[in-house]
Amino acid sequence: MRAGSASGSGMATLTLSCRLAAHPDSRCWFVAWSPGGALLASCGGDRSVRVWGRQGESWVCRAVLDEGHQRTVRKVAWSLCGNYLASASFDATTCIWKKTPDGFECVTTLEGHENEVKSVAWSPSGSLLATCSRDKSVWIWEVDEEDEYECVSVLNSHTQDVKHVVWHPTQELLASASYDDTVKLYREEEDDWVCCTTLEGHESTVWGLAFDGAGRRLASCSDDRTVRIWSSDEQGEPGVACSSTEPSWKCICTLSGYHTRTIYDVAWCHLTGALATACGDDAIRIFEEEPLAEPQQPTFALMAHVPRAHAQDVNCVAWNPAEPGLLASCSDDGEVAFWKYQRPECC
Amino acid sequence: MVGHGPGPALENANPLVFRRSGERPVTAREEDDDLPDAIDDREIFDLIRSINDPEHPLTLEELNVVEQVRVKVNDAESTVAVEFTPTIPHCSMATLIGLSIKVKLIRSLPERFKVDVHITPGTHISEHAVNKQLADKERVAAALENSHLLEVVNQCLSARS
Repeated sequence: MRAGSASGSGMATLTLSCRLAAHPDSRCWFVAWSPGGALLASCGGDRSVRVWGRQGESWVCRAVLDEGHQRTVRKVAWSLCGNYLASASFDATTCIWKKTPDGFECVTTLEGHENEVKSVAWSPSGSLLATCSRDKSVWIWEVDEEDEYECVSVLNSHTQDVKHVVWHPTQELLASASYDDTVKLYREEEDDWVCCTTLEGHESTVWGLAFDGAGRRLASCSDDRTVRIWSSDEQGEPGVACSSTEPSWKCICTLSGYHTRTIYDVAWCHLTGALATACGDDAIRIFEEEPLAEPQQPTFALMAHVPRAHAQDVNCVAWNPAEPGLLASCSDDGEVAFWKYQRPECC
Repeated sequence: MVGHGPGPALENANPLVFRRSGERPVTAREEDDDLPDAIDDREIFDLIRSINDPEHPLTLEELNVVEQVRVKVNDAESTVAVEFTPTIPHCSMATLIGLSIKVKLIRSLPERFKVDVHITPGTHISEHAVNKQLADKERVAAALENSHLLEVVNQCLSARS
């Protein structure tokens, strides 16, 4: 365990607290915390979703959802109420699972994408769902109170495979990352969803995206081995729609030279502001913004680095939404790991 | 990820055929079971040289698509890099050949290895696009769940009778 120096103070640490063979003999592609932070969902090449809950110091499997998909489950997402899970699969479908007293029940299968669904995300209001696919499209689905889903928009802005979708934490603003090396942002304008911004700068596939807690910044990670931080120039309180002019997003920081292979995921802790990355070099790294930098010209310091966090590529990192410093990760080795991130003690 | 299977008309009907290299000499060190053997370039080459070309009844070695000098292994850092040279610059089989090499190495090597497969620079018109597809593990994983494509790859990897 090694750490970069932050303003000359001590070292931050990332300590392993638990490791699970979550998807044995397979790959674990993604993990997602329930909104309250009590449950973790994982998914993988074994076509299943598993739900994990805490038992004392350890984590145990509470549910196995293995009857929804015919192929790899690539991503999984919780609804804001915590009562639904959505799973995106290479079988071109997205399953919606409802929590029941006995576990989870598949209530709907969303069809429409031509081939592999790569990602799924629920909007902050819970009334919209976004999916994306290798068919280059992003779909927005509207959810009503009877669990009926209707596709309200098909967005064909990307020219290649769309890898990931993520919603702004408070606004109905959607971001997507693609094999075409760009990030696109979408919002609803006069009853129709449109691509309002394209973020260009990455030199290869963009794999992951994460908004900060306030939604003023977006982090993207790429096959070009960099993380880019994009900032909105929107004035005023976040969450207040700015109708006159579209806020513009620009790259204010590039983290390069730290990662030695593709960066598959980036997670921005909404409690602490720490930024974690999952890398194809088997490592997990934690960055934090240097306190004295200009907000529009921030610099980020490497605070902790675990070189062999997993035996193979790290595919995903996720900060617990309730417990500061609790990080989950997963890997091609089929394992899920839980980590405790601690900043240096102040003296 | 591969547009079409082998068609009736060969793109390169009369390729140059190269001589196979001899068998690897076994050293005294390798025969000593008490000493660990590092994985070297020749061992990687031995894994891929007998892969069948998707179009011709010849191996990748006989077509000079793979060569030992284009194999780089670093056992200590667990990395393997292979460059392959399509027989013609517009070969539509390039992605399939690269995928076969990648699958063979992933199946054969310990899981700690990072396997990178690229086209020899300057030898294919779609070099960047093919390299990007081969490097995208999500696309490779999805391709290998496609039973038709998996069958074609397995044919390239099967021992020729």
